Amino acid sequence: MKKFTNISSQAVPIPMEDIDTDQIIPARFLKSTSRAGFGANLFRDWRYDQNDQPKKDFVLNNDTYSGSILVCGKNFGCGSSREHAAWALGDYGFRVVVSSFFADIFKNNALNNGLLPITVSQEQLHTIFKIIESDAAATFDVSLINQKFTCPSEQLTIDFSIDPFKKTCLLEGMDTIDFLISKRETIREFESRHLVY
Amino acid sequence: MNQTIFDKIWDRHVVEKIDDKQVILYIDQHFIHEVTSPQAFEGLRKRKVSVFNKERTLGTADHNVPTLNQDQPIKDPLSKKQVDQLTNNCEEFDVKLYDLVHPKQGIVHVIGPEQGLTRPGMTIVCGDSHTSTHGAFGCIAFGIGTSEVEQVLASQSVLQVKPKQMRININGTLYPGVGAKDVILYIISKLGVGGATGHFVEYAGSTIENMSMEGRMTVCNMSIEMGARGGLIAPDKKTIDYLSTRKDKVKDWELSTEYWNGLKTDSTASFDAEYNFDAAKIAPMITYGTNPGMGIKIDQSIPELSGESFEKSLNYMGLAPGQNLLNMPIDYVFIGSCTNSRIEDLREVAQFVKGKKKAKDVFVFVVPGSQEVSRQAKEEGLDKILEEAGFEMRGAGCSACLGMNEDKIPAGKYCVSTSNRNFEGRQGPGARTLLVSPLTAAAAAIAGKIVDVRKVEMA
Ligand code: SF4
Repeated sequence: MKKFTNISSQAVPIPMEDIDTDQIIPARFLKSTSRAGFGANLFRDWRYDQNDQPKKDFVLNNDTYSGSILVCGKNFGCGSSREHAAWALGDYGFRVVVSSFFADIFKNNALNNGLLPITVSQEQLHTIFKIIESDAAATFDVSLINQKFTCPSEQLTIDFSIDPFKKTCLLEGMDTIDFLISKRETIREFESRHLVY
Repeated sequence: MNQTIFDKIWDRHVVEKIDDKQVILYIDQHFIHEVTSPQAFEGLRKRKVSVFNKERTLGTADHNVPTLNQDQPIKDPLSKKQVDQLTNNCEEFDVKLYDLVHPKQGIVHVIGPEQGLTRPGMTIVCGDSHTSTHGAFGCIAFGIGTSEVEQVLASQSVLQVKPKQMRININGTLYPGVGAKDVILYIISKLGVGGATGHFVEYAGSTIENMSMEGRMTVCNMSIEMGARGGLIAPDKKTIDYLSTRKDKVKDWELSTEYWNGLKTDSTASFDAEYNFDAAKIAPMITYGTNPGMGIKIDQSIPELSGESFEKSLNYMGLAPGQNLLNMPIDYVFIGSCTNSRIEDLREVAQFVKGKKKAKDVFVFVVPGSQEVSRQAKEEGLDKILEEAGFEMRGAGCSACLGMNEDKIPAGKYCVSTSNRNFEGRQGPGARTLLVSPLTAAAAAIAGKIVDVRKVEMA
């Protein structure tokens, strides 16, 4: 996993609530056996019409908005556990997703792939949408070390929380699978005295 | 002690605490399928590690499989590649697999319980959100992502933070025509799709106690639809009776039943959240929107709400606020998915349609959850009854629950479905899904439109 460094970027807003992983990446695009290339089909059915033509009114097809920060309505990533959703967002170029609420499995998947989910309050989310609405070029800064999401031009500062272990993993690019492999002996020992009824 | 069932099972499986929150949690049973495992096996290959405990993983092919001509090669090259890859991976890493031609193949959440692999007190994971289904047996079962699938393959453990806990009590007797699916659709419509996020749910109360194991699986299955990490139900005599015909998987039956019988939430235990529902208030349910929380009693009208998400949703569905769905013509009826494709569901549908014929303009298909269910349905003559009614009987798989295999609903068409998700495009691009119980689906198939099964049955 790549180390997570500070980010300074414009943000892309999708003010929709309950965005499920079927929208982030529809099932018919899950057939790849590798982790790469899912970005092309990110939000496929919102982005393209049935003839594969870009839908003009969708934000990813609007040049005004760009950047590595995605801002979405509450309960982002609900539904299917497909990690492909996190891969697609990362592959497209997003490093941070901001919402007032994340579905559990999505949050884990994102963190396991170096994509930072930042949970803000409903009011803060509203403020962020307002800022982007009035100035699409507004720049936001993300400091994981200090756990701060800021918009200097608007004097907005939000402290966000993150699980300390996950924070270390992101900052150091530490791989949780390697970590567990290093624990195999302890687990083997546990297993030898563990009863499965 | 004041522990919940969840606490008791969790504590028994903590290998080590990493910090205040993260633990290494040992997993008793791991299921894999072709969609969420290839990248995990690829990871093992890169790291040059083997599967930590081969005995505790079972694979099956379900999402990509066709439900017609299952003995022939899969036509779609990408689907075929993914299923072949699963076979190759399981061979290379020596993992047991129920592949497409195997007599025990089926939807991963149907075959686990069926084969006696799902038992009380266990920890169970799968790279699939509906792993919550297995909680019906009183175990901790939850969906994980592919990186976590790799964690389990590599160490038989996952890194987890203990979730908060919620109890949902449902008491009283359900009216005729109202079933387990209506109960869970009702609860989701009340709590919303994010209502249980961060929580693991225990379902309790007399309504749950009176439910069959199949009904309990339907309830636990859809826990994820309100955002819950999983759902579970205390094991009781029914659970043990169910397992008694699958004793071969249990090492010491006496010892196990003794443990299972004691697996209850202490009366002094407390929950982070608790809800109570009255069974008598539950009616046959139907969804009208594009998430499972957008459900109403079948005789109610679509609420008149506003907001961008709500409008987008109704627009997609071709429905209007205030509209009543009764008597609305439909195009497809799909009876299947890990929510409602077990033998009891097929029995209920067959009993209802016996001697009746489906409406002319509706295409009705029934997809059993497993080869085993399929065989049993034949043994009981259910297939004949359904075919005589004009229903098409298919082979086992996920089928039209998700638009990944050949079974898709065409754009703009209405499909009354016993599955669990009505997201945009879930059953195929542009497909319009109305989630219901098997009984309501059967009634819609016969009438060719949405009907209130309570009225039909009385007539
Ligand atoms: S039947 Fe549907 S919900 Fe169940 S495992 Fe298959 S695709 Fe997922």
